[in-house]
Amino acid sequence: MKTGDVLPQLELAGISRTTLALYAGASGDHNPMHIDLDVARSAGMEDVFAHGMLNMAYLGRLLTNYVPQENIRSYSVRFASITPLHGKPTCTAAVTKVEDGVAHLDLTVALADGTVTLRGDAVVAA
Amino acid sequence: MAIDPAVIGKVLPSHEALAERGRLRFFAKAIGETNPIYSDVEAAKAAGHRDLPVPPTFLFCLDMEKPDPFLLLRELDIDVRHILHGEQAFEYHSPAYAGDTLAYTSTVTDTYSKKGGALDFLVRNTEVTRDGELIARLTNTLVVRNPKAQK
Repeated sequence: MKTGDVLPQLELAGISRTTLALYAGASGDHNPMHIDLDVARSAGMEDVFAHGMLNMAYLGRLLTNYVPQENIRSYSVRFASITPLHGKPTCTAAVTKVEDGVAHLDLTVALADGTVTLRGDAVVAA
Repeated sequence: MAIDPAVIGKVLPSHEALAERGRLRFFAKAIGETNPIYSDVEAAKAAGHRDLPVPPTFLFCLDMEKPDPFLLLRELDIDVRHILHGEQAFEYHSPAYAGDTLAYTSTVTDTYSKKGGALDFLVRNTEVTRDGELIARLTNTLVVRNPKAQK
């Protein structure tokens, strides 16, 4: 792993209501804003929207596709905007620095229209 | 309405959660993870793991297994419909596997407002241990939208 390396990006299919129902059950995050249209509308939203942690899990797949999971020292993200239903996230990662045996990665998840939904970074044993 | 800073330092009730194989397989399915080490014990063992590894973000999910995950929000009179996940960080110390019972202890570490009170932030640090050994530290930042706040 060296500075400038770009990891193979991960392109997801559109997020469906089924995706969100499965993720709610599997993750244990039952916040109705992600699965119940009535509740979402009562809060002024047009529709349900994806769990931020679903995006973070997708991005985690990109990381563990590339490095053994036990090499990941830290992984953090900021959720920059919500991911609407049917959004198609693309996860990308690039190595910004390698020193003292660890590589620093810049991470992004963006939608097809360019909206960045998540920015993050990870430190992995190089 | 800003969150009362008196909440800083509050320690939430601890809880323990078992990382179950079936649950990890369900999680892998939900996030489209097809690497067999996350669903097939033999594949995991062949890759040098003692059981299915707990994926990087699943430690957060087991924190939701506490008896009442929205207790703090209710105590602070925060409407669950108004929260957004702002930031999430993981610091990993030791791998966790299916079959592990993990203990969670969370402390509120900060609260602050932005945009003239339209957004409140609530920061919580969580230590995850197994038999007293530190597995990971999680930092969670919740954003509370205040629809009626002055912009």
